[in-house]
Amino acid sequence: MQFLLLAAFLFCVGVYGVLARKNAVLVLMSIELILNSVNINLVALGAYRGYEEAIIGQVFALFTIAVAAAEVGIGLAIVLLIYRNRADIDLTQVDLMKG
Amino acid sequence: MLGQQIAFGILALVMGVSALRVVTAKNVVHAALYLVLVLSGVAGIFILLAAEFLAIVQILVYIGAIVVLFLFGIMLTRAPIGRSNELDNDQRWAGVLVGLGLFGLLAAILYNGFGRTKLPESEVARSGDVGLAIFQTYVIPFEVISVLLLAALVGAVVIARRD
Repeated sequence: MQFLLLAAFLFCVGVYGVLARKNAVLVLMSIELILNSVNINLVALGAYRGYEEAIIGQVFALFTIAVAAAEVGIGLAIVLLIYRNRADIDLTQVDLMKG
Repeated sequence: MLGQQIAFGILALVMGVSALRVVTAKNVVHAALYLVLVLSGVAGIFILLAAEFLAIVQILVYIGAIVVLFLFGIMLTRAPIGRSNELDNDQRWAGVLVGLGLFGLLAAILYNGFGRTKLPESEVARSGDVGLAIFQTYVIPFEVISVLLLAALVGAVVIARRD
């Protein structure tokens, strides 16, 4: 129970960060908080069920870590491209697709 | 079990405060360093959950690689290194509302569903068993993940290069 509550708290803090930050690197950090809360959930729910399920939960948490690494790589590349084109990474100014 | 409770309390306190500082810090570099604290706390939680291999991977990949990537990103985009009041947009109170509402909802649901669930006395997950699970049952997802990682890295190079 307490592990799942901690994960929910991390998730909500991450959601707040995504909504309230306008520096793109800080938004990516908040997304990392969300991904870590998912990892805690996977491992904790596996551990509640027993040994076999704990192993399965850990395998999926490993997959999530790999996906998070890929996401940070792509995300920072996009942030660098925005910076090169606009000399600023203020996400409130990136509104080319706004009608 | 008591030791586990005490360790969890300390870790949860440190992680909660650091996570709040990650999203409220006025200094970008400080936010990245608080993120290191949160990620180490997650590694400690993994050890409490008897997942030591995952804890080591967490430290290696997250603190060793991802935080360093973040620091590179901060340097390359010449973010304001000192204090800055220009890091938050004007949706802060809407964000607080969404965050608190979501946490209340999730806490109520978790209390209903898992209120009396106790962690069973589990043995430590042996790394060999984790490896067997990856390379026998889940070998196809594992290969897909490696292709995904390769594609993401090639894509990052293509996106970020100057031409």
